[in-house]
Amino acid sequence: MSVRSTLRAFPTLLRVGVSEAVAYRAEMFIWVLSTTMPFIMMALWTAVARAAPVGRYSGDDFIRYFLAAFVVRQMTGAWAAWQINYEVRQGTLAMRLLRPISPLWSYAAENLGSFPMRLFVVVPVAAFSVYKLGWGSVPQTLWGWVFFFLSLFAGWLITFLANVAIGTMSLFMESSTKLMDVWIALFFVCSGYLYPVELFPPAFRAALDWLPFRYQIGLPVELMTNTHDFHKALALLGRQWLWVALMLTISLGLWKRGLKRFAAYGG
Amino acid sequence: MFRRYIRLFGVQLRASSLLAMQYRGDFIVEGLISLFWSATALAPLFVVFQKQGQQIEGWSFGESLLVIGWFTLLQGILEGAISPSLTGVVEHIRKGTLDFVLLKPADAQFLVSTTRFLPWRATNALAALAIFVYGFHILGTSPSLLGVLASLVLLGCSVLLLYSLWILTVSAAFYVVKVDNLTYFFTSIFDAARWPAPVFRGVLAFVFTFVIPLAVMTTFPAEALLGRLSLMSLVGSVLGSVFFAFVSRRVWLHAIGHYTSASS
Repeated sequence: MSVRSTLRAFPTLLRVGVSEAVAYRAEMFIWVLSTTMPFIMMALWTAVARAAPVGRYSGDDFIRYFLAAFVVRQMTGAWAAWQINYEVRQGTLAMRLLRPISPLWSYAAENLGSFPMRLFVVVPVAAFSVYKLGWGSVPQTLWGWVFFFLSLFAGWLITFLANVAIGTMSLFMESSTKLMDVWIALFFVCSGYLYPVELFPPAFRAALDWLPFRYQIGLPVELMTNTHDFHKALALLGRQWLWVALMLTISLGLWKRGLKRFAAYGG
Repeated sequence: MFRRYIRLFGVQLRASSLLAMQYRGDFIVEGLISLFWSATALAPLFVVFQKQGQQIEGWSFGESLLVIGWFTLLQGILEGAISPSLTGVVEHIRKGTLDFVLLKPADAQFLVSTTRFLPWRATNALAALAIFVYGFHILGTSPSLLGVLASLVLLGCSVLLLYSLWILTVSAAFYVVKVDNLTYFFTSIFDAARWPAPVFRGVLAFVFTFVIPLAVMTTFPAEALLGRLSLMSLVGSVLGSVFFAFVSRRVWLHAIGHYTSASS
Protein backbone atom coordinates (compact mmCIF):
# COMPACT_ATOMS: atom_id res chain seq x y z
CA MET A 1 0.00 0.00 0.00
CA SER A 2 1.63 3.16 -1.15
CA VAL A 3 1.43 6.43 0.68
CA ARG A 4 -0.37 7.99 -2.23
CA SER A 5 -3.27 5.58 -2.34
CA THR A 6 -3.61 5.72 1.44
CA LEU A 7 -3.92 9.47 1.18
CA ARG A 8 -6.45 9.05 -1.59
CA ALA A 9 -8.56 6.61 0.42
CA PHE A 10 -8.46 8.44 3.73
CA PRO A 11 -11.06 11.13 2.93
CA THR A 12 -13.51 8.39 1.99
CA LEU A 13 -12.83 6.56 5.25
CA LEU A 14 -13.42 9.81 7.09
CA ARG A 15 -16.74 10.28 5.33
CA VAL A 16 -17.72 6.76 6.39
CA GLY A 17 -16.75 7.65 9.96
CA VAL A 18 -18.91 10.76 9.88
CA SER A 19 -21.94 8.92 8.57
CA GLU A 20 -21.49 6.21 11.21
CA ALA A 21 -21.47 8.87 13.89
CA VAL A 22 -24.62 10.39 12.43
CA ALA A 23 -26.33 7.01 12.17
CA TYR A 24 -25.61 6.06 15.79
CA ARG A 25 -26.17 9.51 17.24
CA ALA A 26 -28.26 8.32 20.20
CA GLU A 27 -25.50 5.97 21.21
CA MET A 28 -22.96 8.71 20.88
CA PHE A 29 -25.07 11.02 22.97
CA ILE A 30 -25.00 8.49 25.80
CA TRP A 31 -21.22 8.26 25.46
CA VAL A 32 -21.04 12.02 25.80
CA LEU A 33 -23.26 11.86 28.89
CA SER A 34 -21.04 9.25 30.45
CA THR A 35 -18.11 11.65 30.40
CA THR A 36 -19.78 13.97 32.89
CA MET A 37 -16.93 13.56 35.36
CA PRO A 38 -15.66 17.12 34.78
CA PHE A 39 -19.03 18.48 35.93
CA ILE A 40 -18.90 16.44 39.12
CA MET A 41 -15.35 17.58 39.76
CA MET A 42 -16.46 21.12 39.02
CA ALA A 43 -19.10 20.90 41.76
CA LEU A 44 -16.55 19.47 44.14
CA TRP A 45 -13.79 21.99 43.51
CA THR A 46 -16.05 25.03 43.55
CA ALA A 47 -17.25 23.77 46.94
CA VAL A 48 -13.64 23.53 48.08
CA ALA A 49 -12.85 26.98 46.73
CA ARG A 50 -15.87 28.61 48.34
CA ALA A 51 -14.01 29.18 51.60
CA ALA A 52 -10.69 30.22 50.08
CA PRO A 53 -9.12 29.91 46.62
CA VAL A 54 -7.02 26.81 46.02
CA GLY A 55 -3.60 27.76 44.70
CA ARG A 56 -4.41 30.40 42.11
CA TYR A 57 -7.81 28.88 41.34
CA SER A 58 -10.99 30.60 42.48
CA GLY A 59 -14.43 29.10 42.03
CA ASP A 60 -14.78 30.69 38.59
CA ASP A 61 -11.38 29.42 37.52
CA PHE A 62 -12.43 25.91 38.40
CA ILE A 63 -15.62 26.26 36.37
CA ARG A 64 -13.57 27.46 33.42
CA TYR A 65 -11.01 24.69 33.86
CA PHE A 66 -13.50 21.85 34.01
CA LEU A 67 -15.66 23.12 31.16
CA ALA A 68 -12.47 23.18 29.09
CA ALA A 69 -11.62 19.69 30.37
CA PHE A 70 -15.00 18.47 29.17
CA VAL A 71 -14.40 20.01 25.74
CA VAL A 72 -10.92 18.52 25.43
CA ARG A 73 -12.06 15.09 26.59
CA GLN A 74 -14.74 15.06 23.91
CA MET A 75 -12.27 16.01 21.21
CA THR A 76 -9.52 13.60 22.20
CA GLY A 77 -11.63 10.49 22.66
CA ALA A 78 -10.51 7.16 21.20
CA TRP A 79 -11.83 3.65 21.68
CA ALA A 80 -9.59 1.65 19.40
CA ALA A 81 -8.33 -0.56 22.26
CA TRP A 82 -11.76 -2.08 22.88
CA GLN A 83 -12.38 -2.36 19.16
CA ILE A 84 -9.12 -4.17 18.47
CA ASN A 85 -9.65 -6.42 21.47
CA TYR A 86 -13.11 -7.35 20.32
CA GLU A 87 -12.09 -7.91 16.72
CA VAL A 88 -9.10 -10.04 17.67
CA ARG A 89 -11.27 -12.25 19.86
CA GLN A 90 -14.03 -12.54 17.31
CA GLY A 91 -11.59 -13.02 14.48
CA THR A 92 -13.16 -10.24 12.44
CA LEU A 93 -9.83 -8.45 12.32
CA ALA A 94 -9.08 -10.84 9.43
CA MET A 95 -11.75 -9.05 7.40
CA ARG A 96 -10.11 -5.72 7.94
CA LEU A 97 -6.70 -7.11 7.09
CA LEU A 98 -7.97 -8.21 3.70
CA ARG A 99 -8.51 -4.63 2.70
CA PRO A 100 -5.65 -2.97 0.89
CA ILE A 101 -5.25 -0.37 3.62
CA SER A 102 -3.99 -0.77 7.16
CA PRO A 103 -6.80 -1.24 9.71
CA LEU A 104 -5.17 1.45 11.81
CA TRP A 105 -6.23 4.04 9.27
CA SER A 106 -9.84 2.94 9.47
CA TYR A 107 -9.83 2.96 13.27
CA ALA A 108 -8.39 6.46 13.16
CA ALA A 109 -10.98 7.54 10.60
CA GLU A 110 -13.82 6.21 12.77
CA ASN A 111 -12.57 8.22 15.74
CA LEU A 112 -11.97 11.38 13.77
CA GLY A 113 -15.26 10.99 11.94
CA SER A 114 -17.20 11.36 15.17
CA PHE A 115 -15.77 14.78 15.90
CA PRO A 116 -18.08 16.88 13.70
CA MET A 117 -21.03 15.42 15.63
CA ARG A 118 -19.28 16.10 18.92
CA LEU A 119 -18.95 19.74 17.98
CA PHE A 120 -22.69 20.04 18.55
CA VAL A 121 -22.04 19.40 22.24
CA VAL A 122 -18.64 20.99 22.57
CA VAL A 123 -19.25 24.37 20.96
CA PRO A 124 -22.25 25.28 23.17
CA VAL A 125 -20.26 24.33 26.28
CA ALA A 126 -17.33 26.47 25.20
CA ALA A 127 -19.69 29.30 24.26
CA PHE A 128 -21.36 29.07 27.66
CA SER A 129 -17.96 29.31 29.32
CA VAL A 130 -17.15 32.45 27.32
CA TYR A 131 -20.58 33.96 28.03
CA LYS A 132 -20.35 33.28 31.74
CA LEU A 133 -16.68 33.87 32.42
CA GLY A 134 -15.42 36.10 29.65
CA TRP A 135 -12.93 35.64 26.84
CA GLY A 136 -10.35 34.10 29.14
CA SER A 137 -12.07 30.76 28.50
CA VAL A 138 -10.59 30.55 25.01
CA PRO A 139 -7.08 31.37 23.77
CA GLN A 140 -6.61 35.11 23.55
CA THR A 141 -3.76 35.31 21.09
CA LEU A 142 -3.20 33.98 17.60
CA TRP A 143 -0.31 31.76 18.69
CA GLY A 144 -2.52 30.64 21.55
CA TRP A 145 -5.10 29.30 19.10
CA VAL A 146 -2.45 27.63 16.95
CA PHE A 147 -0.84 25.99 19.97
CA PHE A 148 -4.22 24.95 21.32
CA PHE A 149 -5.20 23.13 18.15
CA LEU A 150 -1.75 21.58 17.86
CA SER A 151 -1.96 20.31 21.42
CA LEU A 152 -5.51 19.09 20.93
CA PHE A 153 -4.47 17.09 17.89
CA ALA A 154 -1.42 15.72 19.68
CA GLY A 155 -3.60 14.86 22.67
CA TRP A 156 -5.85 12.82 20.43
CA LEU A 157 -2.84 11.18 18.78
CA ILE A 158 -1.40 10.12 22.14
CA THR A 159 -4.76 8.75 23.26
CA PHE A 160 -5.33 6.94 19.99
CA LEU A 161 -1.82 5.49 19.77
CA ALA A 162 -1.96 4.33 23.39
CA ASN A 163 -5.23 2.65 22.49
CA VAL A 164 -3.61 0.95 19.54
CA ALA A 165 -0.63 -0.18 21.61
CA ILE A 166 -2.80 -1.61 24.38
CA GLY A 167 -5.32 -3.09 21.96
CA THR A 168 -2.48 -4.78 20.10
CA MET A 169 -1.37 -6.42 23.32
CA SER A 170 -4.43 -8.62 22.94
CA LEU A 171 -2.49 -10.38 20.20
CA PHE A 172 0.12 -11.39 22.78
CA MET A 173 -2.23 -12.20 25.65
CA GLU A 174 -5.85 -13.34 25.54
CA SER A 175 -7.36 -10.00 26.40
CA SER A 176 -5.91 -6.62 27.11
CA THR A 177 -8.95 -4.91 28.56
CA LYS A 178 -7.50 -5.29 32.05
CA LEU A 179 -4.37 -3.53 30.91
CA MET A 180 -6.59 -0.79 29.55
CA ASP A 181 -8.26 -0.49 32.96
CA VAL A 182 -4.89 0.16 34.54
CA TRP A 183 -4.03 2.74 31.91
CA ILE A 184 -7.35 4.48 32.46
CA ALA A 185 -6.90 4.55 36.24
CA LEU A 186 -3.50 6.18 35.79
CA PHE A 187 -4.98 8.50 33.20
CA PHE A 188 -7.66 9.69 35.61
CA VAL A 189 -5.18 10.40 38.36
CA CYS A 190 -2.35 11.92 36.34
CA SER A 191 -3.95 13.69 33.38
CA GLY A 192 -5.46 16.76 34.98
CA TYR A 193 -8.93 15.39 34.34
CA LEU A 194 -9.90 15.34 38.04
CA TYR A 195 -7.94 18.41 39.10
CA PRO A 196 -5.49 20.81 37.48
CA VAL A 197 -2.06 19.15 37.57
CA GLU A 198 -0.74 22.25 39.32
CA LEU A 199 -2.64 21.22 42.45
CA PHE A 200 -0.78 17.94 42.66
CA PRO A 201 1.69 17.74 45.56
CA PRO A 202 4.96 19.31 44.36
CA ALA A 203 6.91 16.08 44.82
CA PHE A 204 4.86 14.39 42.10
CA ARG A 205 4.51 17.29 39.75
CA ALA A 206 7.90 16.77 38.11
CA ALA A 207 6.97 13.16 37.41
CA LEU A 208 3.73 14.27 35.74
CA ASP A 209 5.70 16.44 33.32
CA TRP A 210 7.45 13.34 32.05
CA LEU A 211 4.44 11.01 31.86
CA PRO A 212 2.21 10.97 28.78
CA PHE A 213 -1.07 11.42 30.66
CA ARG A 214 -1.03 15.14 31.27
CA TYR A 215 -0.46 15.72 27.57
CA GLN A 216 -3.76 13.98 26.81
CA ILE A 217 -5.96 16.40 28.74
CA GLY A 218 -4.01 18.79 30.94
CA LEU A 219 -1.93 20.61 28.37
CA PRO A 220 -4.73 21.31 25.87
CA VAL A 221 -6.91 22.55 28.73
CA GLU A 222 -4.15 24.79 30.05
CA LEU A 223 -3.56 26.20 26.58
CA MET A 224 -7.26 26.77 26.09
CA THR A 225 -7.50 28.71 29.35
CA ASN A 226 -4.35 30.80 28.79
CA THR A 227 -2.31 29.35 31.62
CA HIS A 228 1.15 29.54 30.06
CA ASP A 229 3.23 32.24 28.44
CA PHE A 230 4.72 31.66 24.99
CA HIS A 231 8.00 30.05 26.05
CA LYS A 232 6.52 27.73 28.65
CA ALA A 233 3.79 26.71 26.22
CA LEU A 234 6.33 26.00 23.49
CA ALA A 235 8.42 23.85 25.83
CA LEU A 236 5.41 21.81 26.94
CA LEU A 237 4.18 21.45 23.39
CA GLY A 238 7.61 20.12 22.44
CA ARG A 239 7.41 17.44 25.11
CA GLN A 240 3.93 16.55 24.02
CA TRP A 241 5.02 15.96 20.44
CA LEU A 242 7.98 13.95 21.70
CA TRP A 243 5.44 11.67 23.35
CA VAL A 244 3.52 11.47 20.08
CA ALA A 245 6.68 10.31 18.32
CA LEU A 246 7.47 7.80 21.05
CA MET A 247 3.93 6.39 21.10
CA LEU A 248 3.97 6.14 17.31
CA THR A 249 7.14 4.05 17.41
CA ILE A 250 5.88 1.81 20.21
CA SER A 251 2.43 1.20 18.83
CA LEU A 252 3.50 0.60 15.24
CA GLY A 253 6.25 -1.76 16.44
CA LEU A 254 3.80 -3.74 18.57
CA TRP A 255 1.25 -3.80 15.79
CA LYS A 256 3.71 -5.20 13.21
CA ARG A 257 5.00 -7.88 15.55
CA GLY A 258 1.54 -8.70 16.86
CA LEU A 259 0.00 -9.21 13.44
CA LYS A 260 2.47 -11.99 12.74
CA ARG A 261 0.94 -13.87 15.66
CA PHE A 262 -2.65 -13.26 14.61
CA ALA A 263 -4.36 -16.55 13.86
CA ALA A 264 -7.98 -15.39 13.46
CA TYR A 265 -9.66 -17.52 16.08
CA GLY A 266 -13.01 -18.65 14.90
CA GLY A 267 -12.44 -17.00 11.52
CA MET B 1 -40.38 -22.39 47.42
CA PHE B 2 -38.13 -20.04 49.36
CA ARG B 3 -35.77 -22.91 50.28
CA ARG B 4 -35.46 -23.82 46.62
CA TYR B 5 -34.35 -20.31 45.70
CA ILE B 6 -31.76 -20.31 48.47
CA ARG B 7 -30.36 -23.57 47.14
CA LEU B 8 -30.39 -22.27 43.60
CA PHE B 9 -28.49 -19.21 44.77
CA GLY B 10 -25.87 -21.45 46.39
CA VAL B 11 -25.40 -23.41 43.19
CA GLN B 12 -24.99 -20.30 41.07
CA LEU B 13 -22.53 -18.81 43.53
CA ARG B 14 -20.43 -21.96 43.55
CA ALA B 15 -20.41 -22.13 39.79
CA SER B 16 -19.11 -18.59 39.42
CA SER B 17 -16.46 -19.12 42.08
CA LEU B 18 -15.18 -22.15 40.19
CA LEU B 19 -15.28 -20.17 36.97
CA ALA B 20 -13.28 -17.38 38.57
CA MET B 21 -10.61 -19.75 39.88
CA GLN B 22 -10.29 -21.56 36.58
CA TYR B 23 -7.80 -19.10 35.22
CA ARG B 24 -5.48 -18.60 38.13
CA GLY B 25 -3.37 -15.94 36.44
CA ASP B 26 -6.45 -13.86 35.76
CA PHE B 27 -7.63 -14.43 39.31
CA ILE B 28 -4.54 -12.82 40.79
CA VAL B 29 -4.42 -10.01 38.25
CA GLU B 30 -8.07 -9.25 39.05
CA GLY B 31 -7.27 -9.01 42.73
CA LEU B 32 -4.32 -6.73 42.15
CA ILE B 33 -6.39 -4.50 39.89
CA SER B 34 -9.12 -4.28 42.54
CA LEU B 35 -6.58 -3.06 45.07
CA PHE B 36 -5.07 -0.69 42.53
CA TRP B 37 -8.47 0.81 41.76
CA SER B 38 -9.19 1.37 45.44
CA ALA B 39 -5.86 3.11 45.82
CA THR B 40 -6.36 5.42 42.84
CA ALA B 41 -9.86 6.22 44.11
CA LEU B 42 -8.19 7.86 47.09
CA ALA B 43 -5.88 10.10 45.06
CA PRO B 44 -8.38 12.95 44.44
CA LEU B 45 -9.18 12.98 48.16
CA PHE B 46 -5.55 13.55 49.05
CA VAL B 47 -5.28 16.32 46.50
CA VAL B 48 -8.39 18.06 47.88
CA PHE B 49 -7.27 17.76 51.49
CA GLN B 50 -3.61 18.67 50.97
CA LYS B 51 -4.00 21.70 53.20
CA GLN B 52 -4.13 20.94 56.93
CA GLY B 53 -7.58 21.42 58.41
CA GLN B 54 -9.24 21.86 55.00
CA GLN B 55 -12.99 21.21 54.98
CA ILE B 56 -15.48 20.86 52.16
CA GLU B 57 -19.00 21.91 53.08
CA GLY B 58 -18.39 20.99 56.71
CA TRP B 59 -16.82 17.61 55.94
CA SER B 60 -13.30 17.12 57.25
CA PHE B 61 -10.73 14.71 55.82
CA GLY B 62 -11.57 11.94 58.27
CA GLU B 63 -15.29 12.27 57.68
CA SER B 64 -14.88 12.23 53.91
CA LEU B 65 -12.82 9.07 54.28
CA LEU B 66 -15.89 7.38 55.73
CA VAL B 67 -17.87 8.36 52.63
CA ILE B 68 -15.12 6.94 50.41
CA GLY B 69 -15.13 3.79 52.52
CA TRP B 70 -18.82 3.25 51.82
CA PHE B 71 -18.23 4.06 48.19
CA THR B 72 -15.47 1.44 47.97
CA LEU B 73 -17.67 -1.18 49.63
CA LEU B 74 -20.62 -0.46 47.36
CA GLN B 75 -18.41 -0.41 44.30
CA GLY B 76 -17.23 -3.86 45.26
CA ILE B 77 -20.80 -5.07 45.59
CA LEU B 78 -21.83 -3.41 42.35
CA GLU B 79 -18.93 -4.70 40.30
CA GLY B 80 -18.63 -8.04 42.05
CA ALA B 81 -22.22 -9.12 42.48
CA ILE B 82 -24.62 -6.90 40.57
CA SER B 83 -23.26 -5.79 37.25
CA PRO B 84 -21.46 -8.94 35.99
CA SER B 85 -24.61 -11.02 35.75
CA LEU B 86 -26.81 -8.21 34.57
CA THR B 87 -24.53 -7.20 31.73
CA GLY B 88 -25.12 -10.79 30.68
CA VAL B 89 -28.79 -9.93 30.14
CA VAL B 90 -27.84 -7.38 27.55
CA GLU B 91 -25.86 -10.06 25.73
CA HIS B 92 -28.83 -12.45 26.01
CA ILE B 93 -31.17 -9.89 24.50
CA ARG B 94 -28.85 -9.17 21.63
CA LYS B 95 -28.26 -12.81 20.79
CA GLY B 96 -31.83 -13.88 21.47
CA THR B 97 -30.74 -16.46 24.04
CA LEU B 98 -32.91 -14.90 26.72
CA ASP B 99 -35.57 -17.36 25.63
CA PHE B 100 -33.64 -20.16 27.32
CA VAL B 101 -33.70 -18.27 30.60
CA LEU B 102 -37.40 -17.49 30.32
CA LEU B 103 -38.20 -21.15 29.76
CA LYS B 104 -36.65 -22.24 33.04
CA PRO B 105 -39.02 -22.94 35.94
CA ALA B 106 -37.76 -20.15 38.19
CA ASP B 107 -38.20 -16.42 38.31
CA ALA B 108 -36.33 -14.87 35.39
CA GLN B 109 -35.19 -11.81 37.32
CA PHE B 110 -33.75 -14.07 39.99
CA LEU B 111 -31.97 -16.22 37.45
CA VAL B 112 -30.41 -13.40 35.47
CA SER B 113 -29.35 -11.58 38.63
CA THR B 114 -27.43 -14.48 40.09
CA THR B 115 -25.61 -15.98 37.14
CA ARG B 116 -22.20 -14.49 37.68
CA PHE B 117 -20.19 -13.20 40.60
CA LEU B 118 -16.63 -11.95 40.68
CA PRO B 119 -15.32 -13.19 44.03
CA TRP B 120 -12.20 -11.06 43.81
CA ARG B 121 -14.22 -7.94 44.33
CA ALA B 122 -14.42 -8.99 47.97
CA THR B 123 -11.05 -7.26 48.30
CA ASN B 124 -13.05 -4.04 48.11
CA ALA B 125 -14.70 -4.93 51.41
CA LEU B 126 -11.27 -5.31 53.01
CA ALA B 127 -10.12 -2.02 51.51
CA ALA B 128 -13.30 -0.36 52.81
CA LEU B 129 -12.66 -1.73 56.28
CA ALA B 130 -9.11 -0.39 56.22
CA ILE B 131 -10.43 3.01 55.13
CA PHE B 132 -12.98 3.05 57.96
CA VAL B 133 -10.33 2.22 60.52
CA TYR B 134 -8.01 4.90 59.15
CA GLY B 135 -10.85 7.45 59.03
CA PHE B 136 -11.84 6.87 62.64
CA HIS B 137 -8.19 6.91 63.64
CA ILE B 138 -7.89 10.41 62.18
CA LEU B 139 -11.15 11.53 63.76
CA GLY B 140 -9.99 10.15 67.09
CA THR B 141 -13.37 8.59 67.86
CA SER B 142 -15.12 5.32 67.29
CA PRO B 143 -18.66 4.68 66.05
CA SER B 144 -21.46 3.91 68.51
CA LEU B 145 -23.22 0.57 68.36
CA LEU B 146 -26.44 2.26 67.37
CA GLY B 147 -24.61 4.08 64.59
CA VAL B 148 -23.16 0.84 63.25
CA LEU B 149 -26.59 -0.79 63.28
CA ALA B 150 -28.17 2.17 61.47
CA SER B 151 -25.40 2.13 58.87
CA LEU B 152 -25.91 -1.59 58.30
CA VAL B 153 -29.61 -0.96 57.68
CA LEU B 154 -28.58 1.74 55.23
CA LEU B 155 -26.14 -0.65 53.58
CA GLY B 156 -29.09 -2.91 52.90
CA CYS B 157 -30.99 0.05 51.44
CA SER B 158 -28.09 1.06 49.24
CA VAL B 159 -27.65 -2.41 47.83
CA LEU B 160 -31.36 -2.56 47.13
CA LEU B 161 -31.20 0.86 45.47
CA LEU B 162 -28.19 0.01 43.35
CA TYR B 163 -29.75 -3.25 42.30
CA SER B 164 -33.04 -1.57 41.42
CA LEU B 165 -31.36 1.19 39.45
CA TRP B 166 -29.40 -1.44 37.62
CA ILE B 167 -32.55 -3.43 36.84
CA LEU B 168 -34.09 -0.23 35.47
CA THR B 169 -31.03 0.30 33.27
CA VAL B 170 -31.13 -3.27 32.03
CA SER B 171 -34.86 -3.05 31.36
CA ALA B 172 -34.04 -0.16 29.08
CA ALA B 173 -32.10 -2.70 27.02
CA PHE B 174 -35.38 -4.26 25.91
CA TYR B 175 -36.35 -0.98 24.26
CA VAL B 176 -32.95 0.36 23.18
CA VAL B 177 -30.96 -2.47 21.70
CA LYS B 178 -27.45 -1.28 22.23
CA VAL B 179 -27.07 -0.69 25.89
CA ASP B 180 -23.51 -1.48 26.89
CA ASN B 181 -22.86 2.19 26.97
CA LEU B 182 -25.84 2.69 29.28
CA THR B 183 -23.93 0.60 31.78
CA TYR B 184 -20.93 2.89 31.34
CA PHE B 185 -23.24 5.81 31.89
CA PHE B 186 -24.47 4.27 35.11
CA THR B 187 -21.00 3.61 36.50
CA SER B 188 -19.80 7.09 35.65
CA ILE B 189 -22.77 8.63 37.45
CA PHE B 190 -22.23 6.34 40.42
CA ASP B 191 -18.76 7.83 40.68
CA ALA B 192 -20.27 11.00 42.11
CA ALA B 193 -21.19 9.01 45.23
CA ARG B 194 -17.55 9.22 46.22
CA TRP B 195 -18.04 12.72 47.62
CA PRO B 196 -20.20 13.92 50.52
CA ALA B 197 -23.59 14.88 49.11
CA PRO B 198 -23.61 18.52 50.39
CA VAL B 199 -20.91 19.24 47.79
CA PHE B 200 -23.57 19.17 45.12
CA ARG B 201 -25.93 22.11 44.80
CA GLY B 202 -28.90 23.11 42.70
CA VAL B 203 -29.97 20.69 40.00
CA LEU B 204 -27.27 18.15 40.83
CA ALA B 205 -28.37 18.08 44.47
CA PHE B 206 -31.95 17.34 43.45
CA VAL B 207 -30.95 14.62 41.00
CA PHE B 208 -28.57 12.91 43.40
CA THR B 209 -31.12 12.86 46.22
CA PHE B 210 -34.33 11.92 44.47
CA VAL B 211 -33.68 10.63 40.95
CA ILE B 212 -30.43 8.73 41.53
CA PRO B 213 -30.26 8.63 45.32
CA LEU B 214 -26.50 8.67 45.69
CA ALA B 215 -26.78 10.61 48.96
CA VAL B 216 -28.60 7.69 50.53
CA MET B 217 -25.95 5.24 49.41
CA THR B 218 -22.76 6.75 50.81
CA THR B 219 -23.36 10.00 52.67
CA PHE B 220 -26.15 8.75 54.93
CA PRO B 221 -24.30 5.63 56.13
CA ALA B 222 -21.25 7.79 56.84
CA GLU B 223 -23.42 10.19 58.83
CA ALA B 224 -24.93 7.25 60.67
CA LEU B 225 -21.47 6.05 61.67
CA LEU B 226 -20.71 9.55 62.91
CA GLY B 227 -23.95 9.43 64.88
CA ARG B 228 -25.52 12.47 63.31
CA LEU B 229 -28.12 11.00 60.97
CA SER B 230 -31.68 11.97 61.85
CA LEU B 231 -34.26 9.26 62.33
CA MET B 232 -36.35 10.90 59.62
CA SER B 233 -33.60 10.36 57.03
CA LEU B 234 -33.22 6.73 58.07
CA VAL B 235 -36.91 5.98 57.76
CA GLY B 236 -37.09 7.97 54.51
CA SER B 237 -34.23 5.95 53.02
CA VAL B 238 -35.79 2.63 53.91
CA LEU B 239 -39.16 3.62 52.47
CA GLY B 240 -37.54 5.20 49.43
CA SER B 241 -35.45 2.18 48.58
CA VAL B 242 -38.38 -0.21 48.99
CA PHE B 243 -40.37 2.04 46.68
CA PHE B 244 -37.51 2.01 44.14
CA ALA B 245 -37.32 -1.77 44.30
CA PHE B 246 -41.06 -2.00 43.72
CA VAL B 247 -40.93 0.31 40.71
CA SER B 248 -38.00 -1.53 39.16
CA ARG B 249 -39.76 -4.88 39.59
CA ARG B 250 -42.85 -3.53 37.81
CA VAL B 251 -40.72 -2.10 35.00
CA TRP B 252 -38.85 -5.39 34.63
CA LEU B 253 -42.10 -7.38 34.41
CA HIS B 254 -43.44 -4.93 31.86
CA ALA B 255 -40.24 -5.18 29.82
CA ILE B 256 -40.26 -8.99 29.93
CA GLY B 257 -43.92 -8.96 28.95
CA HIS B 258 -43.11 -6.99 25.82
CA TYR B 259 -40.07 -9.03 24.93
CA THR B 260 -40.17 -10.70 21.57
CA SER B 261 -37.25 -13.00 21.02
CA ALA B 262 -34.66 -11.96 18.48
CA SER B 263 -35.62 -14.66 16.01
CA SER B 264 -39.35 -14.02 15.99
